[in-house]
Amino acid sequence: MVKINGREESVDCMTVAEYLKGTAYDTRRIAFERNGDIVPKSAYDNTVLENGDVIEIVSFVGGG
Amino acid sequence: MKNIKLTKNDIYRALEERQGKTLTEALSHARVAICGLGGLGSNVAVMLARAGVGSLHLIDFDAVDITNLNRQNYTVQQLGRYKTDALCEYLLSVAPFCNIKSEIVKLNEENICDILCDDSIICEAFDSAETKAMLVDLIIEKYPEKYIVSGSGMAGIGSANKMQTRRVGKRLYICGDEISDAYEETALLSSRVMLCAAHEAHMIIRLIAGEYNV
Repeated sequence: MVKINGREESVDCMTVAEYLKGTAYDTRRIAFERNGDIVPKSAYDNTVLENGDVIEIVSFVGGG
Repeated sequence: MKNIKLTKNDIYRALEERQGKTLTEALSHARVAICGLGGLGSNVAVMLARAGVGSLHLIDFDAVDITNLNRQNYTVQQLGRYKTDALCEYLLSVAPFCNIKSEIVKLNEENICDILCDDSIICEAFDSAETKAMLVDLIIEKYPEKYIVSGSGMAGIGSANKMQTRRVGKRLYICGDEISDAYEETALLSSRVMLCAAHEAHMIIRLIAGEYNV
């Protein structure tokens, strides 16, 4: 199981890119944190989610 | 009006009196990049310059517009001027010895890493969500040692108490309510934008002081 924004999901063995493809997240507007480190977008395709991972997805909103 | 001449030492002593010796010294040696000089960036710059941050690197490509006056640190007389120039003028009027480097340029995937290479603390104060995410992504990948303080969610008339600073990963801090999008809300108010700007400026000052928790 992988904890994503506080919720357990069974997405073990998926890459970050595969996981995000099945969600409503717009990859151009997010930062993806895995176990305390931000995963750069260039690594989405080859970063595999593992059992016990803790994920936090930040969605940026406009205004500044 | 009396023409007052202040030396660098006069201002430094006054800052020490209000902020203490240790913090004032740390601030005086700090350099901060501010990306975007709108409601967040212009107000963050003023707070940091007033606090005695030694060097500011200001980056924006835009000119002052009449719709900026409700929340950005510009005057009617500055309408039409580049924000970098207009802000520089104001900053030097409150912090005459602040070392300011300003660049009139639109940051993008090609130039951002070169332009920010010498800045260890970066204030993200862009307007668009995509550009915010782009800065975070490229800087964290290329310069994992840099700190980024980002603003996200300050539109609308929601409670001031929804504004917060949150640490994400080791070196990214997100300030704002993270919900209220300026392109979905009808209002963009100075009070709420400045709350977010103050969260950003305060986190930057804490980083300079060696306080890394929110």
